Amino acid sequence: MTQMQNFTKGFFKENAVFVMLLGMCPTLAVTNSAINGLGMGLATTFVLVMSNLVISLIKDLVPSKVRIPTFIVVIASFVTVVDLVMAGYAPALHEQLGIFIPLIVVNCVVLGRAEAFASKNNIVSSIFDGLGMGLGFAMALTILGSVREILGNLSIFGIKFAPGDGILVFILSPGAFIALGFLIALVNKLTKKA
Amino acid sequence: MEYIIIIIGTVLVSNIVLSNFLGICPFLGVSNKISTASGMAGAVLFVMTVATIVTWLIQNYVLAPFNLGFLQTISFILVIAALVQVVEIILKKVSPPLYQALGVFLPLITTNCAIMGVALLVIQKEFNLLEGTVYAIGNSLGFALALILFAGLREHLELMDVPKGMRGMPIALVVAGILSLAFMGFANLVKF
Repeated sequence: MTQMQNFTKGFFKENAVFVMLLGMCPTLAVTNSAINGLGMGLATTFVLVMSNLVISLIKDLVPSKVRIPTFIVVIASFVTVVDLVMAGYAPALHEQLGIFIPLIVVNCVVLGRAEAFASKNNIVSSIFDGLGMGLGFAMALTILGSVREILGNLSIFGIKFAPGDGILVFILSPGAFIALGFLIALVNKLTKKA
Repeated sequence: MEYIIIIIGTVLVSNIVLSNFLGICPFLGVSNKISTASGMAGAVLFVMTVATIVTWLIQNYVLAPFNLGFLQTISFILVIAALVQVVEIILKKVSPPLYQALGVFLPLITTNCAIMGVALLVIQKEFNLLEGTVYAIGNSLGFALALILFAGLREHLELMDVPKGMRGMPIALVVAGILSLAFMGFANLVKF
């Protein structure tokens, strides 16, 4: 598999949210606006790339019996980095995302890539894999956030394009489930799985 | 009274799955049958309560006094991972029937964000140990309620004539959305 394929598979063929249905908690919880979705996606991308890099470096040193706890410690370290950097430089976004920043640790996408890809491949492939998966995740979150923001608030990235209130339910929790359900149906349709 | 309000608040008003979006993975993953859903709910009740007590003690007797707040994420996830292992070993020895019932669900719980989420929320809300424990029990009951209701709905959904493109996960998500809408009816039931 070429590096290009390692990079692009995360966007469409193996998109974490729309196809593999991983990382659902942050996907649903923080996407009440496009900017929150993008912020969460980029934070996850950073953690994915860095943990993939470190794990592919140490994969031969770690005994297979303790590999999962080791991976979790590596991931948790980078999550702490993101948490502190965000608290320092983007306090408003940090406040919005709340406990979902530390919860990147238990995002199945990150541990899933560490276990399924980084622990078996070289450094360059692992970085491309992490980058593609992370940006694919960010893309999915931004799309879902945009859809919810457009329908719920008649705005996108905080810029209002029409007066009025929109369909409030899409900003609230039920809207997250419903919007994601229809988006996945649309993706299924486009990829001709159904 | 205060504890009853916490229970009502966590089970109905701000349900952990349907309004806080924690534990969505098991909510969508193991909700095909009512029997597996109740097994998962039991395992979560057990681990969440123990994990919250242990992480509360760590936060207030180790991390806070020594000013090690930045280690919170790492220490909590390690404690939860270790705890799940210990619970598994003890259950196997002490109560084989319970282990049989919960066994397959226990490893899944490490990456269940509801456990870690509740542990973090208890610290954030500055509960004392008893309030924190009640909060954890309430949340796991809320998780159980949502999971079992949803499993019941999905069992019926199997027999429905769903449009082709919506089959599987899309229709399940829309049903979850409607369930969440129903739970919004409990808003402002108690001040929480």
